[in-house]
Order: sequence, then C-alpha cells, then structure tokens
Amino acid sequence: MFSGRLQEQYTDSAQQAETAQLGMWVFIATEVMFFGALIFSYMIYRVAYPEQFRLAGHETFILLGSVNQALLITSSLTMVLAVRAAKADQQRALVLLLAATAALGLTFLGVKGYEYAQDVAAHSVPVADYIFKPGEHRPTEIFWCFYFIATGLHAIHLSIGIILVLMLTVRAAQGAFSPEYDAPLEVIGLYWSFVDTVWFFLFACIYPLGRAGP
Amino acid sequence: MSARRPPEPIGPYVIGWAVLLLLLGLSVLAAYQPIGPVFQPIVHFGIAATQAAIVFILFMKLRGRPSLKWVFAAAGFFWLIFLFGLATVDYATRSGFPLQ
Amino acid sequence: MSAVTAEVPLSYLSEAHTLSSWLFTRDHKRIAILFFISITFFFFIGGFAAALIRLQLLNPAGTLLQPEVYNRVFTMHGIVMVWFFLIPSIPATLGNFLLPLQIGARDLAFPRLNLFSWYLFTFSGLWAIYFIFIGGDDTGWTFYEPYSSNFANGHVIAAAVAVFINGFSTIATALNFVVSTHRLRAPGMTWFRLPLFVWAIYATSIVMLLATPVLAMTLALVAIERLWGVGIFNPALGGDPLLFQHMFWFYSHPAVYIMVLPAMGVVSELVSCFARRPVFGYKGMCYALISIAIIGFFVWGHHMFTAGISLTSAVFFSLMSFIVAVPSAIKVFNWTATLHNARISFDAPMLYALGFVGLFTIGGLTGLVLATLSADIHLQDTYFVIAHFHFIMVGGTVSAYFGGLHYWWPKITGKRYPEMWARYAAILTFVGFNFTFLPQFILGYLGMPRRYYTYAPDLQTWNVLSSAGASILAVAYVLPLIYLTWSLFHGKRAGANPWGATGLEWRTSSPPPKQNFPRTPLVTEKPYRYDPRDGSYITQDGLRFGEADV
Repeated sequence: MFSGRLQEQYTDSAQQAETAQLGMWVFIATEVMFFGALIFSYMIYRVAYPEQFRLAGHETFILLGSVNQALLITSSLTMVLAVRAAKADQQRALVLLLAATAALGLTFLGVKGYEYAQDVAAHSVPVADYIFKPGEHRPTEIFWCFYFIATGLHAIHLSIGIILVLMLTVRAAQGAFSPEYDAPLEVIGLYWSFVDTVWFFLFACIYPLGRAGP
Repeated sequence: MSARRPPEPIGPYVIGWAVLLLLLGLSVLAAYQPIGPVFQPIVHFGIAATQAAIVFILFMKLRGRPSLKWVFAAAGFFWLIFLFGLATVDYATRSGFPLQ
Repeated sequence: MSAVTAEVPLSYLSEAHTLSSWLFTRDHKRIAILFFISITFFFFIGGFAAALIRLQLLNPAGTLLQPEVYNRVFTMHGIVMVWFFLIPSIPATLGNFLLPLQIGARDLAFPRLNLFSWYLFTFSGLWAIYFIFIGGDDTGWTFYEPYSSNFANGHVIAAAVAVFINGFSTIATALNFVVSTHRLRAPGMTWFRLPLFVWAIYATSIVMLLATPVLAMTLALVAIERLWGVGIFNPALGGDPLLFQHMFWFYSHPAVYIMVLPAMGVVSELVSCFARRPVFGYKGMCYALISIAIIGFFVWGHHMFTAGISLTSAVFFSLMSFIVAVPSAIKVFNWTATLHNARISFDAPMLYALGFVGLFTIGGLTGLVLATLSADIHLQDTYFVIAHFHFIMVGGTVSAYFGGLHYWWPKITGKRYPEMWARYAAILTFVGFNFTFLPQFILGYLGMPRRYYTYAPDLQTWNVLSSAGASILAVAYVLPLIYLTWSLFHGKRAGANPWGATGLEWRTSSPPPKQNFPRTPLVTEKPYRYDPRDGSYITQDGLRFGEADV
C-alpha cells in the first residue's frame, strides 16, 4: 500500500499523482450529492414544521457540537501541515502531525459518543425512546431522525478517514513519503478536509435552532 | 538524497484555522440572537458556506488558475440547486402540505 | 526457425490462465469480461421473471402465480433488469473494454478501483440472489412509500441493501471513466477526435456520478424508516410520501439516460462503420449527448403527474420532458442522414443498430404522449407506460448492446461469430420484440393497469399476442448465447480490423495485448474518416482498409 510505483498507463508520477487528486475531487462531488440529498429532505421538513423543529433543536447540545467542530477544524490544520511537512522532507513532523490528525478525529468520535449518551438520557431517540417535551408533537421525531442519521453517517465517514490517516502514519513512520512522493497524503488530506466541511453544514442544521426568542 | 525545498509559509494556514474558529464562535453567538426564522438559516448556512469556502480554497488548495478540479469541486453543490429548486417548485405551490 | 503452424500472439487472454489471474486482475479487458459474465447471468434471471409474467398473463383467470407471488415476480424483474443488467450492461462490459483502447491508453486511471467495482457488483449481486431466494418483496422496483416502509410484506431492506451496494459499483466505474477520459487520452487525441462511443460513456458517467448518491440516500432512508418506523415518509407521522418520490425519481429518471446514452454511443459506431460514412453532424451528436445528460435531470416530475404534485410543477416538468426529446430527435435525424444514400452492409451489428433507430424512435415519440399532462391522466400506470419504456430499454438499449457485442466480439475474443446465425437472431429479435410490446400500447390505451396479476377478459387477445411475442424474443436472446459460445471454440480467427473500421481499437491485434498498444498511438486524424467515394479508410500510417480486412 502507498508504494508510489508508476503504473504503465501514466507517463510520469506527476501525472499519476495529479490524476489521483482529480479522482478524489470527483468522489467528493458524489459525497456532496449524498449529504446534500439528506439536507434537502431535512430542509423540506424544517420549512414545513418550523416551530416543532425549533423545539427539537433546543434539546441538542450546542457546546458538544461546537467542541467537535473546533476539533475537526484543528484536525484539518494538522492534516494540511502534515502534507507541508512531507513536501519539506520533515519526516518527524510528518509523523507527529498525521498522528495528531488521527487523534483529533478519535477525540471527535469520543465526544460524539458522549453526546449520544446524553441524547439517550434526555429521551431524544425517535420511536425507540422518545419523550415529548412540552409543545412537541410527531415532527420533532423527524428532526431527531435526521440528527441521528446525519451524524451517524458523518461518523462513519470520519472513521474511514481515521483508519486511512492511521495507515498513512504507519507508512510515514517507515519513511514511505518524501517531496517526490506525497500523493496519498494529498488525496487523503482532501477527503479529510471534506469530512470537516460536511460537519459545518450539519452543525448549521442541528445546533442553532431554538435558542433565541422568536 | 531527497530534494529539500523550504517549506511553504505556515501563516496562511494558521490564519485560516483561526478564522474558522472565529466563524464557529459567530455561529454560536448568532444562535442566541433573535434574528427570526427567515434570517436564521441564512446566517448559519452562510457561515457554513464561508467556512467551506475557506477549507476548499486554502486547505484543499483550490487556488491558482481555474482548473478541472474547480469544476468537479463545484459540480455537486451546483447540481444540488436543481434538486432543491425544482422540488421546491412543487412544495411552494402545492396546497396539501404540510399535512399536520 | 519458425514453427509450421502460425504462432498465436500473446494477448491479454493468453498471457495467464489461472483463476487468480482473473479474480485479481487489474486489466480493464479482463474486468470487462468478468462483468459480462455477471450481467449475462442476471439477464437470464430477469428474463425468467419476465417469462413467468407473460405466462401468467396468457389468461385473465391465470393461476400460475398467486397474486402475492405475481407482485414479487414483477418486482424482481424490475430490480434485476434495471440495476443488475441494464445499468452496468454497456458501460461495465463494452465501456470497460473499449474506453482505454479508444482513447489510446494502456488502462483506466485506477485499475484496482475497477476491480473493486466488480467485487462490489458481485457482492450486491449475491445480496440480490439472497433477496430473491428468501422470497423477494412486492413493492415494485420503485419502492414507493409509505407502502414499502410500513405495509409491504417482503424483504424490502434486503432489496434496498443490494441496490445500495450496487450503486457504489456504478459510482466507482463512472469515476474511473470520467478521470480516464480527462487525463489518459493519447497524444493528439483531442475531445473532438474521440469516437462518439467515448463521448456517450463520458456523458453516462457524469449522470451516474451526480444521480446515484441521491438514490443511495433515498434507499437508506427507506430502510431506516422500515426498521424503526420513524415517519420520514409516513403521512400518519407527519411525513410526505411525495418527498420519497421526488428523491427517488431525481435519480431514477437520469437512470434511464444512464441506460440509453451508452446505447446511442454504440449505435453511432455501428452506423458509421456499416454505412462506411462519418457520422453526420459529429459535433451536434456530442452536444446532443451532453444535453440529454443535463436536461434529463430536470424532468423527473413526469413520473409524479398523478401523484399529487402541484399543477405548476407538473406544467414545468411536462415542458422540460418535451424539451429533452429534442436532442434525442437530433440524434435520430443524424443517424438517418448518415444512412441516406450510403453503401450499407447489413451485417448483424448493423441490423441491431437499425432496429435501435426504429424502436427508439417509437419509444421516444410515445414518451411525448406520456409527457402530455392530459393524456398522462389516462395512461399513467397502464401498459402504455410499460410499452414505452420497454421500447427504449429493450428495443433500444438491449438491441444496441447485442449490436455492440457482435461488432466488438472479434476484437474481444479474437474469433469471428457465424454471420448468418447472427443475422437470423437479429431479425428474430426485432420480430419477437414488436409482437411482444406493440400490443401493450393498445392494452394501455384500453386501460389495462400495470402490476396487476389479472385483467378484463376482453383484453385477452392482445395479451396472448404479447406473450407469444415474448416466446419468440426468448429464442432470439438464447441464440446468441449458443453461437457466440460456439465461436469461442470453433470460430474463425479474426484479424486486427475485420470490419475495416476507424477507431484506435482496430489498430491493435485481436485480441489486444495486455498493454493494449505496442507503442503509444499518436492521433492526427478526425474520427470516422471514411472516404466518401468508396467507403474505404486509409489510416494515418498509410494502411488501407476496404469493406473488410482479411
């Protein structure tokens, strides 16, 4: 894995690296459609049931959501700095920054797990364990449905990213990357930053609702 | 021996990181302001879009000359306009929704 | 000294024979064959379901299938034919084999991703077989809500999982095709020197990439709804069933263009070769392909005219559905112009191509009838709709698929197929197809609803005619299975360019070597450079090809 061998359909490794990046951008476009479809269905219901969504949104844990966003933002920084370190042949910094990226991602998952536990304790799990707060009706369960689906799918994508970054960390520790060969770092860095971006939009959907007066 | 180039400046990335955190703070602050149900999504999604733009341009390096990458980066967002827009034509002009 | 018998040159087929050399290959040509085997298997499963349907409908009091079972059979037919045959058919077999050859590359951009795409397809196919084995479901291939979540008796989630995984296979293949076309074209191969088949596969891939993720999300929501009863699409719990339809058809209408655009690409190749002419209006054909791909995203509401959408949006979708017919019509006009006064040879591939042009035209025109709001009130969910889309999917796409299979068979296998048998099969296909599906237009007009296990007794004659046609069609589809397999063992060896056709794939041996070309081609000529005086073709190296090469 990540050997940098030039495949026969490419004229040089620069073309191979650049093509890999283009491939990741195409994949990102499909992910935008995937999460976009989910956000679309959320927006239809938010416009249809504004008051119910406000009531439901009030029950989310904005502090935990914000901490998580800060963690991901920082992990995007460490990831792009890792790529920078590879280009400058700073091997030790590369390994540390990759490890930091993975660690920040794992911390995000930990905070998310804690947040889910809080959601369960607050009886916000639709159908399975849901208690209507004052003024709430069925559409609040639609909000929470969206919450669990969106954050669950995001967590799955993030977990895949963490595994990939950990693989990069191991290979970097073995000295696999150099200014001549950093393509996997670039490509996985793109994926990582995209998973960060998804969270910006999920945050806007989930956490700000219902905290102000009308 | 590997080529040793001087590392690119770290400044822009750190500034970008700081701006992203500032925008997060702004988003949280705005959540507690009574800006009304019409402006609230505009503000928060606007902040999210700005954060996304910073990550795409700065961290994901969509800089320099317009290229094929830009087209693919924009393609998904652009195409969502059709899903959102054309379905909204139905929802905006239908009389039987919402149902409760 | 050289051997007395001719040495068989080393090709992608002969260079290794072990099972693992196939299952772990990275060669796009071998992966194409792996896909070919998989989709042929599913074609016959879906065909078996169709046979059961037509047997049941021989008699309005038919008791071959209980009503519940009938519902599961037509669901299985739709799911298998759409996702496990039609969508991968041309792209994953012919596209995989030919795209790198036609752009002058040694392989696709991401060979391991290509193999992974086949693994995903196989895994989803195993899910589909499991789903059928445990009894299938009865929602129709369209999974309509709230029936599929709350009321359906059957294995909806298994079906959704199979299609969901299948979608990843589609996305992986499309990603590979798009990136390869952008980055791996040979020197001199500009966009407007590409064969129309490449343009068609590219347009198809764009649609696959933008539409399939929405299907994935929609099916995920259906599965979650069914598992936990949450009310996303359930009106009793505040949900909107039409939201499901909007999201489902946002994918599924472009999906029909995924199924037909590659066929159009094949037809352009066949028509130009067997009419010995450049395709009329090459650039118009390219723009038409892209237009169909784009405008095809704006018409999905025409599946929902009678479902309860607003009149305003219905009018809009009707208008867009009319507009999308224009680029398709341009393509039909251009194929016709290519054929006009040309020296046509009626080889089997050409027969299939001509069948496509005629049957696609009928299918397309009847689409306009359905796009007309007032007519659709009467025709929606009747056999008119079924006839319309089978004319395009079967009369169109399957004909083009068979045409392309025959045309490129010598290149893929290095063997010639028996031409007379192939012509018989092509004609039999055309006859059987029309007997099967023309009566269904009449049945729809007379009001026979689709997805019913029975019908009004006075409609029996047309139904019997349709079922009789289906039996002819079945023979016509089995024939190539027999003689193409025969040709693998006893067919004449094919030369590099048996049809004397333009295109880089014909400039290398049949079958090609593993790396496709001994030297990277340099392209300096426009596509389809047939001499207008005698249809001959002289390559840029000065090799002359007439009607046929030895």
